[in-house]
Amino acid sequence: MLADKDRIFTNLYGYQPWTLKAAQMRGDWDNTKALLARGQDAIIEEIKASGLRGRGGAGFPTGMKWSFMPKESKDGRPSFLVINADESEPGSCKDREIIRHEPHKLVEGALIAGYAMRARAAYIYTRGEYIREAETLFAAVAEAYAAGFLGKNACGSGYDFDVFVHRGAGAYICGEETAMLESLEGKKGQPRLKPPFPAGAGLYGCPTTVNNVESIAVAPTILRRGAAWFSSFGRDNNKGTKLFQISGHVERPCVVEEAMSVPFSELIEKHCGGIRGGRDNLLAVIPGGSSVPLVPAAEIWDAPMDFDGLKAVGSGLGTAAVIVMDKSTDIVRAIARLSYFYKHESCGQCTPCREGTGWMWRVMERLRTGDAAVEEIDMLHQVTKQVEGHTICALGDAAAWPIQGLIKNFRPEIERRIAEHQREAAE
Amino acid sequence: MPKLKVDGVELEVPAGATVLQACELAGKEIPRFCYHERLSIAGNCRMCLVEVKPGPPKPQASCALPASEGQEIRTDSEMVKKAREGVMEFLLINHPLDCPICDQGGECDLQDQSVAYGRGKSRYDENKRAVTEKYMGPLIKTTMTRCIHCTRCVRFSEEIAGVDEIGALYRGENMQITTYLEGAAKHELSANVIDLCPVGALTSRPYAFEARPWELKKALGVDVSDAVGSNIRIDSRGREVLRILPRVNDDVNEEWLSDRARYVVDGLTRRRLDKPWLRKDSKLVAATWPEAFNAIASINPGASLAVISGDQVDCETMFAAKALARALGSSLLEGRQTGLAYTASNMAAVAFNSTLSGIEEADAVLIVGSHVRDEAPLVNTRLRKATRKGAKVFVIGPKWDPTYPATFLGDDAAILNDVPADVVAAFEAAKKPAIIVGGAGLAKGALEAGLAFAERFKLVRPTDSGEWNGFNVLHMAASRMGGLMLGYAQAGGLGDLVAAKPKMVISLGADEVDYTKFAGSMIVHIGHHGDKAAHAADVILPAAAFTEKDGTYVNTEGRVQVSERAVYAPGDAREDWTILRAMADSLGVAVGFDSFDALRAAMIAEVPALGAEGLADYGALPAAPKGAKAEGLIAGYPIKDHYLTNAIARSSPTLQRCSAELLHGETFAEAAE
Amino acid sequence: MSDRHPEPDSSELRARWGGFVWTAENAEKAKEIIARYPAGRQRSAVMPLLDLAQRQVGAETQTQGWLPLPVMEYVAGQLEMPVIRVLEVATFYMMYNIQPVGRFHVQVCGTTPCMLRGSDEIMAACHKRGMHLGHTTDDGLFTLTEVECMGNCASAPMVQINDDNYEDLTAESLNHILDELAAGRQPKTGTQLPGRHTVEPVGALSTLTAMAEANHDYRGEW
Repeated sequence: MLADKDRIFTNLYGYQPWTLKAAQMRGDWDNTKALLARGQDAIIEEIKASGLRGRGGAGFPTGMKWSFMPKESKDGRPSFLVINADESEPGSCKDREIIRHEPHKLVEGALIAGYAMRARAAYIYTRGEYIREAETLFAAVAEAYAAGFLGKNACGSGYDFDVFVHRGAGAYICGEETAMLESLEGKKGQPRLKPPFPAGAGLYGCPTTVNNVESIAVAPTILRRGAAWFSSFGRDNNKGTKLFQISGHVERPCVVEEAMSVPFSELIEKHCGGIRGGRDNLLAVIPGGSSVPLVPAAEIWDAPMDFDGLKAVGSGLGTAAVIVMDKSTDIVRAIARLSYFYKHESCGQCTPCREGTGWMWRVMERLRTGDAAVEEIDMLHQVTKQVEGHTICALGDAAAWPIQGLIKNFRPEIERRIAEHQREAAE
Repeated sequence: MPKLKVDGVELEVPAGATVLQACELAGKEIPRFCYHERLSIAGNCRMCLVEVKPGPPKPQASCALPASEGQEIRTDSEMVKKAREGVMEFLLINHPLDCPICDQGGECDLQDQSVAYGRGKSRYDENKRAVTEKYMGPLIKTTMTRCIHCTRCVRFSEEIAGVDEIGALYRGENMQITTYLEGAAKHELSANVIDLCPVGALTSRPYAFEARPWELKKALGVDVSDAVGSNIRIDSRGREVLRILPRVNDDVNEEWLSDRARYVVDGLTRRRLDKPWLRKDSKLVAATWPEAFNAIASINPGASLAVISGDQVDCETMFAAKALARALGSSLLEGRQTGLAYTASNMAAVAFNSTLSGIEEADAVLIVGSHVRDEAPLVNTRLRKATRKGAKVFVIGPKWDPTYPATFLGDDAAILNDVPADVVAAFEAAKKPAIIVGGAGLAKGALEAGLAFAERFKLVRPTDSGEWNGFNVLHMAASRMGGLMLGYAQAGGLGDLVAAKPKMVISLGADEVDYTKFAGSMIVHIGHHGDKAAHAADVILPAAAFTEKDGTYVNTEGRVQVSERAVYAPGDAREDWTILRAMADSLGVAVGFDSFDALRAAMIAEVPALGAEGLADYGALPAAPKGAKAEGLIAGYPIKDHYLTNAIARSSPTLQRCSAELLHGETFAEAAE
Repeated sequence: MSDRHPEPDSSELRARWGGFVWTAENAEKAKEIIARYPAGRQRSAVMPLLDLAQRQVGAETQTQGWLPLPVMEYVAGQLEMPVIRVLEVATFYMMYNIQPVGRFHVQVCGTTPCMLRGSDEIMAACHKRGMHLGHTTDDGLFTLTEVECMGNCASAPMVQINDDNYEDLTAESLNHILDELAAGRQPKTGTQLPGRHTVEPVGALSTLTAMAEANHDYRGEW
């Protein structure tokens, strides 16, 4: 198990104040000037060497992402850092803890990352529903300004950098990076076509990098403790520590920082008090937030909780939001509810998602009650394939995969319901 | 110039082309709904998916993907076929199966493409979505359940019209297209969204349930509602014109048409002059053609004849009248009905020399006395494009809303003589500076002063892309340039005609003249609508509207265009030239032509430029007269009601309603449907 | 959501809200908000300004607040943006109430993680109190909405009521909270599970035990 001294988010549970003074006592904002003095390229190299992969779900190497930003502006356009705090993926609840209990890690990370990518300012886009959390973040940013850590000559580094907080207003899709940029520009959160990519033309048409809260918040500690320390955790290609969020049918749901690649069983038994009703009562797990396919009990138990380990069992790490379902679960309903979620959150811009999410949900609702024909299972699967890979953004895929996972692993249960429904109808 | 392969065939495409354009260049049809050449790329319908290597292992939206070197594009693979089938199925699941009662039927992109790319039958068993209709004004009929959310209409209103009238509310499958509070779309180009709508969600309200496209005969015409010369298609059935649509002409109207040009249709059948009339005891009474000609012959004016041409007259008619006048010994011809008398001895000085497409390139523009939106809506869209590329626009004259940033300098025409410093700075920095002089400016001496301005800022100059001529006059009458080329201009304008006290005045559809000035003259009106001139006329000879005759028109930039007859004139009405030819007989003179072809040949012999379609060559600008000054207050613009600018429009119930509802705020109760 | 539509335009609506202007305090706030974005990009402020406006309407009406059309027009005017674009934003984002709501907007999360932890029971408890989805109770106190995942999955089930979250709910604790609110008292926010602080494993802290006692600095152990 990861030792407490190797945890980055030591105030994860908020037992101690989030304030600047308390955060500094825990090591935040400790001679940030010296970290910046290493220079932009050295910082990016350190992050690259640490093996940090984006914590927002896609897992793109963070250092490499920063290196895509222009080293100098040829046409006078500034660069921007946008921090994705629009945490809305069902099951995900880690950024909230960072924002309300460790905001200074995020704000300091914003300065360091922004400096490294030569950005003029950072916008932290928090989901609208994190109202109290945003209040904390606004206050933390104000503290940092008051202390001279932000603004002109931030931390005495000679570099000018601003951090702004922008609240969303209730739209999951704004977690998609280009939808977030649209939203920041005061429009509906509808994803943009790519290319152009944000690093070329993002916020206000300027070079922009969008990073998840956790990716940014771990950066200062990585720089302080070194890439070698961070990469000593986890398997190759899956380095570092990670916030896992375990919800659903465990004895003690929680958010916990663990080493990457920790086996599922260890995560559950060490931190969550085990599966409700014991290991044998486990039905299935959605290991990375609602967008990834579920994994049946037998396959998940020993799986290493990392990008490759979960890919190997046909799913993904996503945001490391682990939704545990025991045998009392109406598994079809659990997935149908996610289908409703995606229908509700589709921005409506492109055809397959706008029309497909509604269709999939309606069929799922009938499968839930068994009011369907067996052939419709295959038709539904085809519809998910018609959505997947045909949309502007990944929401279409995210809507399709849970259903595909359900059909792949629980087809007999769906067929049983259909048969039962038909039998009841016949009676 | 990237080289790539489409379905195995190698080709080179222009730099900056999209994959969709590359496929089209390779002769492949790419289905699409949201993509439109003249709008920004939305990429939302997903119908144009193709397979592209290198790239992710999924189909790509070809409309939004830049073509690049070495791409291998497949439009014929199984992946592409499945993708199209899938998208088509999604588009159809919530689309009503109401084609039999849909006005888009027969010219519907969704219908056509579902035949080509769709599945044989629907697998969708759920309830279909129903969306309430949205009121969008007197021109646009909505059936929003049919909407496929391509957002073409939204993009048109934002990008081309520049008014942000239409938006998409809500999200996901509940997304709905509407105007704010279902207000009427008020922009003068609003009805173009009907053409843009790929389905039957937005259809033409006045044309509702009138005809099916396959019943229509199509004629290629030229619009006469302003001096732009928009290219139109006139659709008719039997003897009646049923609708007018824009034709693509990148040099002129691109593919847009103003609402007043499009909806003039129902004016063509109302208040028509369909038989000759004679004034007897100060009352007009119906007459026969021989009676009318006898009345004219009884006056026999000889050289004491004047001809005034109206705003919508074709060159052939004006030439025929000129020939008649000449045969009688008169050269008193004038077309500027309201009395303008600017010098017209040099055609370059009265033309829109930058050309309509060229004005998009301008980077500094000074507008003098023109409400461009009212006077030439499709020139305003060009200016809007120029400003989107960074052009600075200044206006001398009363304020109006251009839909783009513009600096209004004041109402005093004299500002042109000594423009303020910011104008000087903008014009000195400009690479392609331009001036646009409108009717209200011409009335205040802005032509000569404008020429001086052109000299001062070198509006004519060589550029990398050839000579730039930034001196422009923006006319409002379709007949103006042709008329000036044919000599319909007296040094003193209409005043010269009044002063001559002619025995007879021939009006060629001249409905804007104050005929009280010709109290002693016999007014012979050759026209098609019972409008202002008919009220003043002593003899009315019923003629053909622009849809009812072949004719040549010259637009404000000097572009010679030919319009085809779509239908025959109603009742006893005749084509104008035949009336003038017959008048020559009754007055006992010879005009030298007996057929339309002979007339045209004679006209071209006299003014060769009228024989060549395309831009006429007017030569160089004249030097500005010494000490030329503009002076006087530009108190207003000539057009008071941009829907009702001519006799046909004033007869149109549709345009009357537009005027009442959109300009004067009257409300119309909607009949329950 | 299909019945989500703005409160219709009417002379009453215009009479009540046509004169909407910022309070002095909010006018300052609006200025500060607009200044967060680069010059000429004031449109970026539309979301925070709509939120501010909704809160002001809420303060004036003793409700959570909503956005009457004239108020949207006011915001559009201040930001010099077409009002249809403001309406697009207001109808797109679910946190903007485009119709009047009650004093307390009870938003029950019903997405799978909460569902697994008993959100049905929470919803049933609401129904039992006479609350109905999309409706405000007759006394004007409670408007009930089912919302999508609120990011409190490790302390599910939860409701958000106006600005506060109430987590680890049972029907009983929910009833207590609603009773308190109705009585004009502010119940404890956050987790309702006895012995739980926030999202730690309750009753068996598996990590960072030192932090529970004091603001521990782990750097000495690096």
